[in-house]
Amino acid sequence: MDPNTRSRIEQLINSKSIFVFMKGNKLMPQCGFSNNVVQILNSLGMSFDTFDVLSDMEIREGIKEYSNWPTIPQVYVKGEFIGGSDILISMYNSGELKEKLEISLAS
Amino acid sequence: MITAKEVTVLIKQSLPDAQIDVKDLGGGDHLEVNVVSSKFSGLSLVQQHQLVYGALKNELKTETIHALALKTSTPH
Repeated sequence: MDPNTRSRIEQLINSKSIFVFMKGNKLMPQCGFSNNVVQILNSLGMSFDTFDVLSDMEIREGIKEYSNWPTIPQVYVKGEFIGGSDILISMYNSGELKEKLEISLAS
Repeated sequence: MITAKEVTVLIKQSLPDAQIDVKDLGGGDHLEVNVVSSKFSGLSLVQQHQLVYGALKNELKTETIHALALKTSTPH
């Protein structure tokens, strides 16, 4: 991966405790999977920032390689990749997500 | 366009013991896949999904599979 793209990705994921790479933005998600993640984080009352991968092909392809994960959305917590839409839904349903976020954000 | 059978064969190459359930959510390229395998034991959800994604890497890259809702678990 282009070092410049890598450093932009690292700056983004470190810019906020919860950072989401998605299609569209919080107010207008452009895909159902991205919308799922936004709804889950909103329902937990979490503050998070997002990046619209549709606006930037380098980040769109770069983040897939960076995370070794072929799909968007992607959620990072304190710089750690925690998953895409399916994992967020599963962790949300089991209560694990709330716990994980509370622990991460407290430390 | 990819058939449920083709998806099953691809995943079985990486996870021979897996029980795989493929549902077409629309158009033949929006799929829901449920995979149960003992190989997931001890792995994080991210690692479990990475195993399945790895098996379908080319299909995801070429967007033969455009969207994939994935569930993974270990046998009970």
